[in-house]
Amino acid sequence: MDGFARSGGLRMAPDNKHLEITLETQVESVNLAEEMCLRVAEAAGFGEDDCYRIGMSVREGVINAFHYGNQERPDKKIYLAVDLTAEKMIIHVLDEGTGFNLSDIADPLAEENLLSTSGRGIFLMRAFMDEFDVLSGKTGGAEIVMSKKLPVPGGGSPNGQGGQNAAPEREA
Amino acid sequence: MSLRATHRDAGQVTVVDLSGRITLGDGSALLRKTIRGLLDDQRKNILLNLADVDYIDSSGIGELVHGFTSVKNQSGDLKLLHLTKKVRDLLQITKLYTVFDVYTDESTALQSFK
Repeated sequence: MDGFARSGGLRMAPDNKHLEITLETQVESVNLAEEMCLRVAEAAGFGEDDCYRIGMSVREGVINAFHYGNQERPDKKIYLAVDLTAEKMIIHVLDEGTGFNLSDIADPLAEENLLSTSGRGIFLMRAFMDEFDVLSGKTGGAEIVMSKKLPVPGGGSPNGQGGQNAAPEREA
Repeated sequence: MSLRATHRDAGQVTVVDLSGRITLGDGSALLRKTIRGLLDDQRKNILLNLADVDYIDSSGIGELVHGFTSVKNQSGDLKLLHLTKKVRDLLQITKLYTVFDVYTDESTALQSFK
């Protein structure tokens, strides 16, 4: 799945919406990406909880690109794309690093990793979104692709309890 | 909203009142600087009041863990007070809720250091 525009041809149905932005490799890009995607999510009708989850996932995706992908090098770019279809909001975050395999990511819930000061971003994106994957991007870097189903009109969110690793019930 | 931090002494415990977001950049950096400053002043019993912190990202979580281990390494204690729902949920799904001592009442939290 490649969410970034290519020359020639229309990729999406006319009623679908596509937005993309090129971000500098800097801390401010994390907030900018979050704010942009939050506006799209709110306009798409997501409730407060899902907006929080989407915003957090975008933050984590761009932090991943900023820190791990681009190694905080200012000469590299981060590409963010948002597709809004009739069914879901799809977010792509592409960096200019060397890519990585999900299978190489340590489990942050493992006892030996609980006190690690990093390594929870991928876990949070998986937890908060309905679909999550990491592809080899056209830049050679990692392309994070994640999506959330749109809320059912008048019926609330179909997935208000989170994503692939939904948060546990709160204590009484 | 950027992070703000003030601290006050309560006997042998220093209560750090935080408000805003603990996220990549200034928020995480301020938390690290605050804890480091307290440790430099030999204030090793630290209670972080997170009542007004409604947002923490993975960087902020990492900074909380860093603070926790830094204080522990100096034979001190770092505990958490008044988690908001989002922060509490975040600590639960990352399994850190059981790592930190978490309190909902300040006087109980202060007594726990004794």
